[in-house]
Amino acid sequence: MIDQVLIPLLKILIVLNATLVAVTYMVLLERKVIAWAQSRLGPMRVGPYGVLQPIADAIKLMIKEDITPVRADKWVFTAAPIISMVPALIVYAVIPFGPTISLFGRKVSLYITDINVGLLYIVSVASVGVYGIILAGYSSNSKYPLLASLRASAQLISYEVAVTLTLVSVILMAGSLSMVEIVNAQYNQHVWFVFAQPFAFVLVLIGGLAETNRAPFDLPEAEQELTGGFHTEYSGMRFALFFLAEYANMIVVSSVVTTLFLGGWLPPLPNVAALHFLYYVPSWTWFLIKSFVFLYLFIWIRATLPRYRYDQLMRLGWKVLIPLAILNLVVTGIVKVMLL
Amino acid sequence: MAQAIAFYFIAACILGFAVLVVTTRDTVHSVLFLVLDFLFVAALYVLLGAQFLAAIQVLVYAGGIVVLYLFVVMLVNLKRPPEAHEDPHRRTKLGFGLAAAVLLELGAIAVYGFVNPAAPVPATAAIPVSGNTEQVGWLLYTSYLIPFEVASMLLLVAMIGAIVLAKREL
Repeated sequence: MIDQVLIPLLKILIVLNATLVAVTYMVLLERKVIAWAQSRLGPMRVGPYGVLQPIADAIKLMIKEDITPVRADKWVFTAAPIISMVPALIVYAVIPFGPTISLFGRKVSLYITDINVGLLYIVSVASVGVYGIILAGYSSNSKYPLLASLRASAQLISYEVAVTLTLVSVILMAGSLSMVEIVNAQYNQHVWFVFAQPFAFVLVLIGGLAETNRAPFDLPEAEQELTGGFHTEYSGMRFALFFLAEYANMIVVSSVVTTLFLGGWLPPLPNVAALHFLYYVPSWTWFLIKSFVFLYLFIWIRATLPRYRYDQLMRLGWKVLIPLAILNLVVTGIVKVMLL
Repeated sequence: MAQAIAFYFIAACILGFAVLVVTTRDTVHSVLFLVLDFLFVAALYVLLGAQFLAAIQVLVYAGGIVVLYLFVVMLVNLKRPPEAHEDPHRRTKLGFGLAAAVLLELGAIAVYGFVNPAAPVPATAAIPVSGNTEQVGWLLYTSYLIPFEVASMLLLVAMIGAIVLAKREL
């Protein structure tokens, strides 16, 4: 009873709440880092150094008027923010924050579940999240959101192909689709896959930026051209849901890249005996540190790089990333067959 | 028991959404019902213990192909129903004809199955791999190799056709 119902429910509760808190503080971090990059201070008024800003933002968004345009498609307009938020959250079910540990004399695994098609589950759930953006643009019955959602759907489909093809070569290396098994494979093969698959790492990072609509691929939200993007007509909490979904997706991409390429919860050089004292640090700390590096990288890129033009984006996706992904897959396959 | 309840619930949802797909006026809504339909089919696969198939179903159909449908539907903007400029009687006749053909076929299958009942399904040949994904892969590349290759040729032909159609001055 405790093992089957109570502990999973507790884990879900903890992961969901931690995610939502992390997402709100990601917004603050992004504002702060971009402010520093531009020699500003960022939010400073609410709390010391503005640390309570996310709470103020949340209250503001919740008490704002919630407007539905008269000519909008009401049902779809209401469903769209939910459709983009839910996939972003249920992906966390298979992300391993740590191995199985014993806690108060009970074996507890630091992930909600480990299914044998874990990576495929993440990819497929993420592909459903696209509907939120497309439907938001369509149902607003307004031309700028529609343009943005057309851009978004084309962009997400193109980069999804490249990312999924690239992930196949990682699966070939690990020999499993389960997220926990992929981390174990990196331990058993004595190498983080970032060193075995450097091309795949770069391709997945670029594709991940594009799939989360982050700069320099944030064309669906190009405010100078589209007065805001697919969420122009949204206000209040529904707008906030889109915002939160985007940041939740960023955290998902960081966690997936960490798991696939940086050995997940493993400490640096996990097989070197001289470094075994690193195991005294709790495993999930390593996971969080590695994920944070990628989150910071995402913000850093946004503060640094200008936005791509739409045709450049498409050319990069179809003519550079996909051929490279296929090449990487073929080479990985050949090397794997030759070595075995 | 719980499994039976889950099955009938999922099956009812699949049929219900399928009916909604063809009866809804708004084309975008009908595409959305199609997505829901595909998601419930994936749920059916999970119920059967075929997680790999379920994930692929969501990834390819719900997440990939229907997004393209939606893309096309949004671009061509079908605010006006297409039957407005066509002879409704012709379509009705065609519909009845097709429905009769399908009914006949289903009836033939039912009668055939009743007249000579199928031999019990032979136990599947021993598959030397375990795990959902591995078994699907093994079957695809051994027993079903030729259908698999034919299907990929079909996709290749479709792709070449699309390129030729899109780029006339190639």
